[in-house]
Order: sequence, then structure tokens, then C-alpha cells
Amino acid sequence: MDFDLSEDQRLLQDSLAKLLKDKYGFEQRKAYLKSETGWSREVWAAFADLGLLGMPFAEDDGGLGYGAVETMIVMEQMGRALTLEPFVSTVVLGGGFLRHGATPEQRSALVPMIAEGKLLMAFAHTEQQSRFDLHDVATTAKKDGDGWVIEGRKGVVVHGDTADQLVVTARISGGRRDRDGIGVFLVPADATGVTRRGFRTSDGQRAADITFDAVKVDAAAELQGGLALVERVADEAIAALGAEAIGCMEAAKDLTIDYLKTRKQFGRPIGSFQSLQHRAAEMMVCLEQARSMAMLAAMMASERNDDERRRNMRAVKIEIGRNARFVGQQTIQMHGGIAMTMEYAGGHYLKRLTVIENMFGDMDHHLAALSEEGGVFVAA
Amino acid sequence: MELRFTDEERAFREEVRSWIDANLPAETRERMASGRTPTKAMQVDWQKRLYAQGWAVPHWPVEWGGQPWSAIKRFILSEEIQSTPAPSPLGFNCNMLGPVLIAFGTDEQKKHFLPKLASLDLWFCQGFSEPGAGSDLASLKCAAKREGDHYIVNGQKTWTTLAQHADWIFLLVRTDAGAAKQQEGISFLLVDMKTPGITVRPIITIDGAHEVNEVFFDDVKVPMANLVGTENRGWDCAKFLLSNERTGQARVGASKERIRRLKLIAKETPGGARPVMEDPRFRSRLTDVEVQLKALEMTTLRVLADENRALSQRKPNPASSVLKIRGTELQQAISELYVMAAGPYGLAAPHDPEADGRNEPDVAADWQTLAQATYFNWRKQSIYGGSTEIQKNIMAKAFLGL
Repeated sequence: MDFDLSEDQRLLQDSLAKLLKDKYGFEQRKAYLKSETGWSREVWAAFADLGLLGMPFAEDDGGLGYGAVETMIVMEQMGRALTLEPFVSTVVLGGGFLRHGATPEQRSALVPMIAEGKLLMAFAHTEQQSRFDLHDVATTAKKDGDGWVIEGRKGVVVHGDTADQLVVTARISGGRRDRDGIGVFLVPADATGVTRRGFRTSDGQRAADITFDAVKVDAAAELQGGLALVERVADEAIAALGAEAIGCMEAAKDLTIDYLKTRKQFGRPIGSFQSLQHRAAEMMVCLEQARSMAMLAAMMASERNDDERRRNMRAVKIEIGRNARFVGQQTIQMHGGIAMTMEYAGGHYLKRLTVIENMFGDMDHHLAALSEEGGVFVAA
Repeated sequence: MELRFTDEERAFREEVRSWIDANLPAETRERMASGRTPTKAMQVDWQKRLYAQGWAVPHWPVEWGGQPWSAIKRFILSEEIQSTPAPSPLGFNCNMLGPVLIAFGTDEQKKHFLPKLASLDLWFCQGFSEPGAGSDLASLKCAAKREGDHYIVNGQKTWTTLAQHADWIFLLVRTDAGAAKQQEGISFLLVDMKTPGITVRPIITIDGAHEVNEVFFDDVKVPMANLVGTENRGWDCAKFLLSNERTGQARVGASKERIRRLKLIAKETPGGARPVMEDPRFRSRLTDVEVQLKALEMTTLRVLADENRALSQRKPNPASSVLKIRGTELQQAISELYVMAAGPYGLAAPHDPEADGRNEPDVAADWQTLAQATYFNWRKQSIYGGSTEIQKNIMAKAFLGL
């Protein structure tokens, strides 16, 4: 067992950190937020140049063949900088569906375009009634000759407004909440019958509601694997978002500690007060526990036993969520009013952490499911 | 980064598991499984078996009976011992005094004491705390004055765990009352408990158990040869000893065992209309604790992997500070879950004949009558060995620079 980064991994971390230092100051980020896409095409091209966008794909498909640890390293840096680009949507989610569910032909057509930064993807799954249940799918896909006709409505599709290709879940057979009968389809965003309405999420990022009105796709649009595929890719996204949360928490903690050392009240730095020292120490305890879980997530992302992987990922989601909430809330509390303002980074970390906490299942969702599944440490 | 156990590490775990199965007396295992502490005879017998196998003190240098193992391998051994559950080697001997003697002791002290510490031929207890010196340990007053080739010790120690079983005690005493700083003028002494002038008085804790004691010293003669390290520099030994405690304090293996066991008994335990385990509120609280314990397990492994590094490459690891704080919180949380599971029968006091005034007939399962006693007892976890508050003070200074 070894928790150190390899030379290559350190290089990856350093080069991304340098890029983000140059391109992602807090003021620069504000400008990206205000732009029409809500993120920066220029930064996206720089990610492509750095090799980040082809990272998880096999070398045979035109990628770098990196694994979950590299994704963790990258996402942690993105969390620190509060990046806005569709990396999770395109590379982690889109990439995950292509790696685990696509044919070699589909991959050879799409992967090089992703790696070059020319193709954006988004995962259209959530529906109004589904909350966080991956198996709750009302959107339908009906056979139509060799192809399919998709009908339904998806909500909160992160980066769905700028994506070129959508990964859409739709029910092929069975009842709305059956585990079987869920199909996964690649749908071009400009297909006839696709209507998108973009909006901002609470952290300023972009998402879309998307309706599918008799959208026709050909037979090759179907990805293989059904709900098991969706769960596997969702777990990889949980691992990536967990690492992003670590970056946010670390940066928020650093910001807070700096503030505690410089801000004076009652004639001395507020960091000299024991009640704040203890809370700062508790923030660090939370950060380290969450970091441990991000590492567990990287370890489990490639676990072959689906149940084992799912149970551990739920634990990851719960524990990172709990600790992120504490760190985010304390960042505001210990800064006082300044962190309540849009002009200061502190509050933006809380916002991003809150969005992450509520993606792919909140704490209660996973706690209920995990306890149903027998918990983490299975009794003999 | 490689985040899995190696094949060799997995094979070692199997080896340990089957050795424990073959060697742990059934009576000891049963007592441990019920949540009680081992008797002195059980502790000694088991540690002698571990010693014979070479597993009592694997973290010591090889020349003193240690093993040339990685920190991860040592963790696997201690986790298997905790999760059987079997008694862990006596901490006072193996984790506290042993390493101090190895670092600060004379050749004679090492030769005489180390084998006896490892085999538990001598049972040591720790004489640090005093009525006025708890978290502020350096304010201790128990005094030792030089008289010829002896020290004469006068004063009192308290919270002395298992002093009633101990053959010897290691003591922090004040040898120079006029030192400029509190931390100076303190010395580290080894004292035979049979020396005239020593009185041990039991302290019965709120769980009814006799675990800790007051120890009084009245003109106790201690040979100079029993001084460890340099006179008036005993604080160096104390600091070294306290910094050695870290990873053990998380007790992840023991907590995992407690959780697995709780799941099994909660499946059989009536909680009204259905077993406790089927109550979603209970189950969700249990799962919540498990999740935190899983994170703590990973944190422990991170700290251990760090300890595998050469000393020169090691940096202070903030994760290590998490172990005591969260480890004890989780042990306490698990004890609360047992109380929840026990329900009304948890109101019955335990019938442990060794506990003061609790010699009741058997009214309920052991785990039920012990649930509240353990809950009461484990409130100590966040107090001793550096309270949670002290740990946070240390973190704020050492890692956050506040």
C-alpha cells in the first residue's frame, strides 16, 4: 500500500496547478461565469493541450490510459480553482459511458474528438419524479425499424446547454422504477425533436432542462449495459466529485486559516481565540477524513464486484458530504460577513460544495440505501 | 499510488487469523467477545503465546524481539488481534515503556527489562497523572530527592490504570523543584510496586469497575540505577512516549469487531414489533457510524504508510491528529448504539463478580447488561491520553500555525 504520487502523477498535478494559477484567478473566473457559455473555451483548449481531455481513455482509442488516481489528482486541482468547464460531464461521465458501454467503432469516432476538445458531452438522466434514484426512468425509447424513438423530459442536465452529444437514459421495457429495461442512448444535441432550456445552478454553473419529442436515433446509438452501466459511471463521477470537494475544502480551509491569522478583533488576531482554534482543528479533521474517502473512491472506482463498489461509493458520498458541509459552513462562520458576499471566494466554496453534496444522491439518500444493503462492514 | 493490500499482505492476514484461531483459549475469546476486559491471567497467558510466536512487540528493533516488518504488516497483526477479539499486548509494557527504554535506557536496563516487558513477566503501570496535573501534566508535584545512591519518593499519582495488577510502575517525578520551567526538573523512574511505602487505593468508576487507582508514595526508596535517561530530563522521555501513542489510539480493528457483532445481535434482539436491526432509525445511525469508521480506517492506513518512510523523509502528518479525536469519538458512538440496541434490558446492571457491588444474578444477555456500563466507561476515551481539547490545541499550533 502506497499513498505517494508517482513522478508522472506529480508532474500532472504541477502542470495543471500552474495552468490554473495563470488562467483561473478569482477575477478571471468571474469573467468566465458571466460569459454566454458560463465557462472558458480558451481554458478548455488548454486542458486539451495538457492531455486532460483524453486522460481516461485507452491508448488504442486515442487516449492516455490513465486511471482513477489521475482523475482524483486533476479534480482536486479543479476544486481548488473552482473551475467551470464541463470536465466531469464530458470526460468523466461522457467518457465513462463510452469506455464501458460503447463499441470500438463508437469510441474511435468520438474519443479523438473529445481528446482534442472538439466534442462536449452531458448526461441526461434526472427526471422530475426521480430525485436521486438511478433506476427511476419515465422517458421512453421505442423500437422504430432499426432505430429508436425517444420521448420524454430530462432535468438539471449539467452542462446540457453546451453539449454536442447527450447520454440519455430511457425505458425500453417494464415499469417506471424497474431495474431492468433501462436503455442508454447517445443522442446528438442537434437531433430533430431535442429542445434545450439552459439555466444557472446555485453555484453559478450551467445546466439545462431538455425535452425529447419523438427524437429518432439509429440502432448504433444504443450503449450496452443498462442500469449497471449507469451505476458504474455514476460511481466514477462520485469519485471525481469527491476529489473536487477535497480541493474546495482544502482551499476554503487555507483561506480561513489565513483570515484567522490576519483579522483582528478585541486587539488581537481572532485565531488566538481557543474557540476558533478548535473549530479550525475540527475543519482539518474533517478535511483529512474526507481526503481518506476520496482515496477510497479512487481505489474502488475500478472494483470489479459491483455491490462492493456501490457500498463503498455510498460511504464516500456520505462522509465527504458530511465533512464538506462542516468545512463550508465554518468557512463562512469564521470569516463573518465578508464570506457572505459574492465578491469573496469563501462563499463560493460553500456553494460548490453544496452542489456537489447534492449530485448523484445526497447524504440521506445514500445512508438509507447503504443501511438497506447491510452497511460497510458486513457481519459474518 | 497503490491503494490495495499486496498479495503478501493478504497472505499474512490469513496466517495471523489461523494462528489466532488455533492459539486463543476459548474462555478468553468468549470473555473478550462479551465486551469485558481480560482477566490478568488471560492477559498474561495470551501475551506469552504472542511472545513465543515473535508477535508481542513487532515494532521494536529486531535485537530486542521485534520484527523487520512494514508498518502496514504490523497494522494487520494488531487489527486481527483486535477484531478476533483477543487481548492486545499490554500497552504500558509494549507501546509505552519499551520504546522509551530502547531510546533512553542504559544497557543494563534494556537487558534486564525489555525481555520481561515483551513476555509480560513484569507488568508495568504508568504513573504520570496527579490530582493537580492532568492535561497540564508538566505541573506534577510528586517529588524524588537524592539520598546517597537512592531517590526518596513522596507524593501521589492518580488514574493509575490496572495498578492493582502491576509488578512495577514507571513514574514521572519532580527532582528539581527550583527549575526555571515546569517541564524541566522532572525525571523518569522505574519503581518496584513491592517497595515499602507504596499504597494502592482503588478508584471505582461510574461503570462500577475497578480499572484505575490512586497510588501513594511515602518515603519510597528507589535505587539510582532505576533512573531512565538523564536526571531532570524526564520530560524528553514523556514527550517521546506520548508521541508514540498515535496510530494505536484509533482502535479501528476493535471498533469494526464491535460493529459486526452489534449487527449480528441486533438481528436477533426484539425492538418492539420487529428486531432492532429492522428499525430504520437505528440502522441509519449505525450505518452513519460505520461510514465514519471506514474513513478512519483509510486515515490510519495513510498514517501507517507514512511511517513506512525513512525518518529523514517524514513530515508531520496532519492525518495523524485525526486518529485520537475521531477514533475515540467513534468508540463512544458505538457504545451508544449498543445502549440503543439493548433497550429496557440495558437498564440492568452487569453481573460482573469482579465489579464493585454489581454481583447481580443473570437477568439478561451479557452484551445487554454491559451496554450501559461500557457506554459509561468509554466516556473516558476523549479525556485520557490527551483530551480532545488538548489534541485540538496541538493541531491549531502545530499544523495551522494559530
